[in-house]
Amino acid sequence: MYGGGNTFEGIKTDSLAQEDPQKLAAFEARIARGEKIEPTDWMPQLYRKQLIRMIEQHAHSEIIGALPEGTWITRAPGFKRKMALMAKVQDEVGHAQLLYSAAETLGKSREEMINDLISGRSKYSNVFNYPTFTWADCCFISWLVDAGAIVNQLANAKGSYGPYCRALDRICAEESFHLKYGHHCVIYLASGTPHQREMFQEALNRWWTPMMHFFGPSDKISAHTEILMRWKVKMGTNDEMRNQFLDMYVPKIWELGFTIPDPALKKDPATGKWAYTEPDWEEFKRVINGDGPCNKERLAVRRVAEERGRWVREALKSPKMNYVTPLA
Amino acid sequence: MNEQALKEFLYKMADDTLIIGHRNSEWTGMGPILEEDIAFSSMAQDQIGQSLALFTLLHQLGEQEPDTVAFMRNANQFHNCILTELPNQEYDFSIVRHFLYTTSATLRWDMCTHSSYEPLAQLAKKVKGELRYHSLHARTWIQQLGSATEESISRLQRSLELAMPYALGIFEESPFEKELVAQHIFEGEKRLMEKWLSAIEEVLGKTQLVIPDLKLIQPVLGGRKGQHSEHLQPLLDEMSEVFRTEPGAEW
Repeated sequence: MYGGGNTFEGIKTDSLAQEDPQKLAAFEARIARGEKIEPTDWMPQLYRKQLIRMIEQHAHSEIIGALPEGTWITRAPGFKRKMALMAKVQDEVGHAQLLYSAAETLGKSREEMINDLISGRSKYSNVFNYPTFTWADCCFISWLVDAGAIVNQLANAKGSYGPYCRALDRICAEESFHLKYGHHCVIYLASGTPHQREMFQEALNRWWTPMMHFFGPSDKISAHTEILMRWKVKMGTNDEMRNQFLDMYVPKIWELGFTIPDPALKKDPATGKWAYTEPDWEEFKRVINGDGPCNKERLAVRRVAEERGRWVREALKSPKMNYVTPLA
Repeated sequence: MNEQALKEFLYKMADDTLIIGHRNSEWTGMGPILEEDIAFSSMAQDQIGQSLALFTLLHQLGEQEPDTVAFMRNANQFHNCILTELPNQEYDFSIVRHFLYTTSATLRWDMCTHSSYEPLAQLAKKVKGELRYHSLHARTWIQQLGSATEESISRLQRSLELAMPYALGIFEESPFEKELVAQHIFEGEKRLMEKWLSAIEEVLGKTQLVIPDLKLIQPVLGGRKGQHSEHLQPLLDEMSEVFRTEPGAEW
């Protein structure tokens, strides 16, 4: 999973002033031809900075995203769900591992990135700052947040930076199983007892606004990203991604007989565009700046995990450590 | 074949692996490094899967469905050893407990490959392959942390002393010990403990860690008879929190 609507560095008009114009032109021509940029290739500073920021946010979203669902591993109802949820959350942590490695190819170490996460300097997907009150909230994430992530990730996998694209190809393959698992869980709630149906309807009511926020601010108010699109760092606008998600999943939610808490939600058959009530973007800003229902709790858990594991990481660096040859 | 003896033995193994798997799964998202989150989660998945396989054997012997047995019993009906139910605490305790438990489980499953109860012998052949990696993981960490820094060595030593009385409880004998041995279902806890001791001595001998004097340790028993620490019932309450809300519902 992963949050879309990344926040990017503010782009100043003179951001490219110090770059060699010939190299820059050659770089842009490569991207226009659909070539991938590799770690040792020349790239403008701004490209490197934006990519580190984006991949790092994605990696953080994976480990923070493991927390709201992870708390349900110990409570998952029955063997089948327990085993599947464990495997799913483990995949997410594995994605973080892949993504930190991809970001490291650009020159920032995993340790620096994690330090920036726990000090609050770098962001992660806003959606994980909301609580999972019931099993149905956990199912909502597995199905629909992962579905939103796939929309973003499939687009980004066609981007220009080689290591990120390759990581995303692997991630998308696993995410497609998460989506099936999540959908399966929701089908069981939908066709279960009245209480089970009600659980999911309540989760849907709680999660709809964060889900709409997931793709980032409306194009009307979001920062200028033309250069990022040209460089294939950003592969679609926030509204395009949101529309694609609505187009794929609203019919599936309706099919299960649930009510989406937005009376204005409707597809215009002529344009293929969905009309909806704009979610509260002030709330989005508030939450992304640290004032959401779970921001403090999520970072506190991460901070404690880092703190408690410090002695282990230090021991691994000790020259006295007994090297154990791995058995192949 | 004495079915009661067999069932008792299968319940003990199934409960051990369910409870330790549950504890190991609690490390997901909390490990000292990402790779450890992933490793503990992998082992937890194997362990929960092993318990499901054992409960399935029990179901074939006339016991209730695996979900019912795992999610609806109370603590006094569980036969896991107390070592498995203790909270994870710090990573040092978890890794030491994992090492002590996994070494015994690897040997136990290996002995089960010769069981006269054919379905168990078949299952053991499959599980053995999984346990090889659990064991490798545990030994690697014990050897590395047990000889690295002053802090890592002293933390592991403390945890070893804390865990050892509980680890001896793994080998608490069942009332059917004689039948199990006589009918070649299992070679017995005594034999398992001998093998376990020499296996842990071999690994700990390569580290700065000192095995506590076993003669001075009072083993913590009772788990195999359903007498547990105060930690098991809350674990089970959490595990069955959703399952018990709607009896009969499918999830």
